Amino acid sequence: MSLAKSDPPLQRYSVWNRLNHWLVAISFVLLVLSGLPFFHPFFWSLTALFGGPTMTRILHPYIGLFMTLMFLFMAVAFFKESLIKRRDLQWLRQIRDVLANRDERLPPVGKNNAGQKLVYWIMLGCIVLLLVTGLLIWQPYFAGAVPITLRRLASLGHAAVAFVAILTLIIHVYSGIWVKGSFQAMVRGRVSWAWARHHHGLWYEEEREKARKRRAIDRRHATPTNRQESP
Amino acid sequence: MRGDQINLQNVIARSATQVPSPQERSDGVERVTKLIDVSRCIGCKACQVACAEWNDLRDEVGHNVGEYDNPLDLTPDTWQVMRFDEYEDEQGNLEWLIRKDNCMHCAEPGCLEACPAPGAIVQYANGIVDFNSEHCIGCGYCVSGCPFDVPRISKKDHKAYKCTLCSDRVFHGLEPACVKSCPTGSIMFGTREEMLGLAETRTDFLKGRGYDNAGVYNPEGVDGTHVIYVLQHADRPGLYSHLPEDPRISPLVDAWKGVTKPLASMAIGIAALTGFFHYVTAGPKVHGEEDEAAVREDEAREREREERP
Repeated sequence: MSLAKSDPPLQRYSVWNRLNHWLVAISFVLLVLSGLPFFHPFFWSLTALFGGPTMTRILHPYIGLFMTLMFLFMAVAFFKESLIKRRDLQWLRQIRDVLANRDERLPPVGKNNAGQKLVYWIMLGCIVLLLVTGLLIWQPYFAGAVPITLRRLASLGHAAVAFVAILTLIIHVYSGIWVKGSFQAMVRGRVSWAWARHHHGLWYEEEREKARKRRAIDRRHATPTNRQESP
Repeated sequence: MRGDQINLQNVIARSATQVPSPQERSDGVERVTKLIDVSRCIGCKACQVACAEWNDLRDEVGHNVGEYDNPLDLTPDTWQVMRFDEYEDEQGNLEWLIRKDNCMHCAEPGCLEACPAPGAIVQYANGIVDFNSEHCIGCGYCVSGCPFDVPRISKKDHKAYKCTLCSDRVFHGLEPACVKSCPTGSIMFGTREEMLGLAETRTDFLKGRGYDNAGVYNPEGVDGTHVIYVLQHADRPGLYSHLPEDPRISPLVDAWKGVTKPLASMAIGIAALTGFFHYVTAGPKVHGEEDEAAVREDEAREREREERP
């Protein structure tokens, strides 16, 4: 993995995490843009982005399958750090302080804050439901074999869950813009120590501890010449 | 002309369209209705043949499975099918109930409500509900919307097809092909008023002949249909190959397509705007000089500890 000179020192997301995240993000946006025209005719002109209405109808489910697969990888990779702990509930209770940028009042946060964890779980739930309901109404492959009431239920469910997912996406995207440095973290994978300390205090402590241990190991294995070179 | 929309200025409803449709002459246009008098039908299928002829539909040759129904169901290439039911009444008399199944041309069409493609389904001022397959995207939502299970998706082009009530013939002052071909006069066509009147006359006649429950099938749940039946047993339409008792657009479809979608669309817009305004008022979340200082302190402390022998 190559580093740019301007990249901050602390790694937050590996190159695979980032590629995975952006593949999910791109396909999710494409799904929103290709799904909204069927959600409400107000968005019909978006079908032009996909080569016309019929093409949009054909492509939408395939993009959905691709995103589900990519999300699966991401769900596995981020599973452990997305488990909601007791301290996350305190953070959620203080959501007003979060929104008003009164960060000094907030409890220290691990690698992910409760908001990020909620995005993980809501999106996971949404994507499972979208996959199931989407398959049930997929023309021309499966819909024909699905009983009509189930098909109606699936159409309703697909739209409702998509609505929840889109709102979650909006909040997620906004958070990335709002919290300075987090977008950069997901693009280049790196953050500054000060950023980590401010937004993810517990994670900061963990990383400092890791760095200390690394330096200790380095010192033990270092030759005398090396020792002089590294401060 | 076939396959085109023949009556563009008299469209009273158009799928997936918010603004009013052209209905310049709709006040002066009389609603039409096809009346199918089941009691007079002999099941000759002339109507089925006439439909295939006029619309140039050639379905695959099927197999005889020991019933008169052939094909067994509506298909993209068979827009109407005769359904034969043997019914034994209370006295043990056999009655052959033969229903001509095709699109009912609802006044409130579920297909049109469910369709997401602008103009793929239209309703003319005369009441005919037409598919404009050119605009059809093959999503199959019309199938979910229909309370009568009529539209069929073609395996060839994945577009939806159904009876047009010969909208092309009607536009030129002709009656639908099935009506034209019926040898017993059990299919009739005319203005809605006329047909409802005729249906009443037939019902009275049937009642006089001992069919106490004879009646007209013109279900209110879809605000009436432009294809109506005279049934010997109107109290039990289910006898006629599961003709729905009280057809209406499924509440699931209503919930999916009704007020929720515009509201949800607005909510999405408002959510995005709320984010922007939050940024405008609260400002970004940034770490400050105190964090930088604390990190420098931590680093200094660690260095000190590590350099100690």
